[in-house]
Amino acid sequence: MNSIEVKNLSKVFGNFISVNNISFEVKEGEVFGFLGSNGAGKSTTIKMLCGILEPTSGDALVGGYSIATQPDEVKKNIGYMSQKFSLYNDLTVNENINFFGGVYGLENKLLKDRKKWVLEISGLEGREDTLTSSLSVGFKQRLALGCAVIHEPKIIFLDEPTGGVDPISRRKFWDLITDLSDKGTTVFVTTHYLDEAEFCGRIILIDAGILIAAGSPKELKKEYIKNKVIQLDCSDIYKAAEILEKENITDSISIFGNSLHLTMKEQIRSLNELEDDEIKIITDLLSNDNDLKIYHISEISPSLEDVFLYLVEKKTADEE
Amino acid sequence: MKILRIFIIKEFIQFFRDPKMFRVVLIAPVIQLVFLGYAANRDILNADTAVLNLDRSASSREYIRSVEESGYFSVKNYPGSYEELKELIDDGTVFVGIVIPDNFESNINNRRTADIQLILDGSDGNKASIAAGYIQNITATFSKNLSLDYLQSSGVKVNLVSTIQPEARVWYNPNLSTRNFFLPSIVGLILIIITINMTSLAIVKEREIGTLEQLIVTPIKPYQMILGKLIPFSIIGFVAVILVLSVMRFWFGIEIKGSIPFLFLCTFVFMLSTLGLGLFVSTVSRTQQQAMITSAFLVMMPMIFLSGFSFPIENMPQIIQYITYIIPLKYFIIIIRGIVIKGLGFDNLWKELTILFFMGVVILTISSMRFNKRLE
Repeated sequence: MNSIEVKNLSKVFGNFISVNNISFEVKEGEVFGFLGSNGAGKSTTIKMLCGILEPTSGDALVGGYSIATQPDEVKKNIGYMSQKFSLYNDLTVNENINFFGGVYGLENKLLKDRKKWVLEISGLEGREDTLTSSLSVGFKQRLALGCAVIHEPKIIFLDEPTGGVDPISRRKFWDLITDLSDKGTTVFVTTHYLDEAEFCGRIILIDAGILIAAGSPKELKKEYIKNKVIQLDCSDIYKAAEILEKENITDSISIFGNSLHLTMKEQIRSLNELEDDEIKIITDLLSNDNDLKIYHISEISPSLEDVFLYLVEKKTADEE
Repeated sequence: MKILRIFIIKEFIQFFRDPKMFRVVLIAPVIQLVFLGYAANRDILNADTAVLNLDRSASSREYIRSVEESGYFSVKNYPGSYEELKELIDDGTVFVGIVIPDNFESNINNRRTADIQLILDGSDGNKASIAAGYIQNITATFSKNLSLDYLQSSGVKVNLVSTIQPEARVWYNPNLSTRNFFLPSIVGLILIIITINMTSLAIVKEREIGTLEQLIVTPIKPYQMILGKLIPFSIIGFVAVILVLSVMRFWFGIEIKGSIPFLFLCTFVFMLSTLGLGLFVSTVSRTQQQAMITSAFLVMMPMIFLSGFSFPIENMPQIIQYITYIIPLKYFIIIIRGIVIKGLGFDNLWKELTILFFMGVVILTISSMRFNKRLE
């Protein structure tokens, strides 16, 4: 069953088309990633889906309700959290939970139970009377998520939820998201961090308001990145890079920590049917230098970042 | 209803949590009132005066004594020359300069008109004209006594001199005290500051930190958000009004002659406009700074200058007088001065109250419409 169905949704501000006729579906219980660069129309789309912004044309069903005609019903069934972690800084943890719980109509036992849950997931048990302003960003983020889903909505929208959060807190946060999704909550998330997108079941990419790709991370990589990516560990990566750059076999060479990522040119692959050939070519090239020792060389799968950059560049090239 | 209650509780927790806000809102008005109570005093009492007495005669000394005895002037300096007197006025040592020419007594004795020169520091025009009026009165009495003395000394019986003596009775504010006139209108000023500023700031703050956006995705209705903001600030406004009125009554001894419940009713009606304006300012401001500047320059300054609070409306050019008709504070000042000083009630003030009510309804409606639940 689909929990979100977007049909030909558009939003125009003056003569600027922010969202241009996009359509997609999100299944129940799915973690759905919504990717795009700044100003691509991500926030505008999420705001329309939450009933904050009225669409210029098109419609979407969120939890079975139309965002154009039943925004109030939509609001009862969703949770929303933005990168601002919109909590009241001058209220305590407890007061924030009481307020948001109250706004969603929770009281007595139900409020108590949910409060316990929020404190648990945010790791703030025993710190109920702390002012929210004195919490660290990671705690704030989890408390904001807890407040946003205090009414146990079927669908939650997260607009760049991990901005400015340290890696460990980000990881904890994504564990929470995965838990929610396992319990059947649909999670719709926008993010800049392409490594985070790997956690998503399915993703869509938009650029300048237009949907440019959709699928699971695996599918996207398979579909769009035909070039091989090879990881090379050796005694002197700078020297190796220098040698390989002279040969016309790579599209790009980038340094990742102590190793090199080599994106090979496509034609090499089409000329040589055997997979191991590229590795052999590189090994041969580098063995000419006696000082250089290869520790490890293997093919790796491309990242979503490669996919994203490829698609955006391709779109720009097509337009020209 | 429940949501509204939760919202109001939240607003009060936030208000009391910030001790700075608390001080600004409840203590500042009282301090302001006390300062203004002493500063807003246009009455001339013991105005510093210098007399350049070139005559040095019995008559001139007599005249100086009558000036001093009036109680309005205190002669501080006797400069020796005109230049010295000029300097005293220039540097602000004295406010009034009186020059008695050397032929003062001889003119009187020869039954010619004797002149004196009066020099006033006109930088405060109002005060200067009041001082001139007092001197004229004193001088008229002095010359009347001179003529009576002359007539008597020349053997004329003056039992039956028919003169017309106006007996002025000043109603409501018999001492013509500017303090009595000013302090009640400060209630209006303080309400404006609290309600317009606080309401707009509180809403814009939520927009800045993103909680407004968060609230918009909850089932809260726009009217609940509006009431949730306006009710707490009208309560805080009322508390400030009660504080200010108490200081006025018990510190400055200005009695409220009219009905206090009626005064509160009028305050409430006036607050409809100011809260509405606060809401309006919040809809046109993106940041708290913008809200501050908008409310100060576009709302509060015109209100203060065009309401009759600082300048009498009758003295304004006709076209500006028309503008004052749309200033809610103008009506509230008429009302509160009427109630506090004159003891007027609904019978006399219904017109102003009705205008104020409709203004409030219109402003609140327009502002609420602008405060659209959907963020643009």
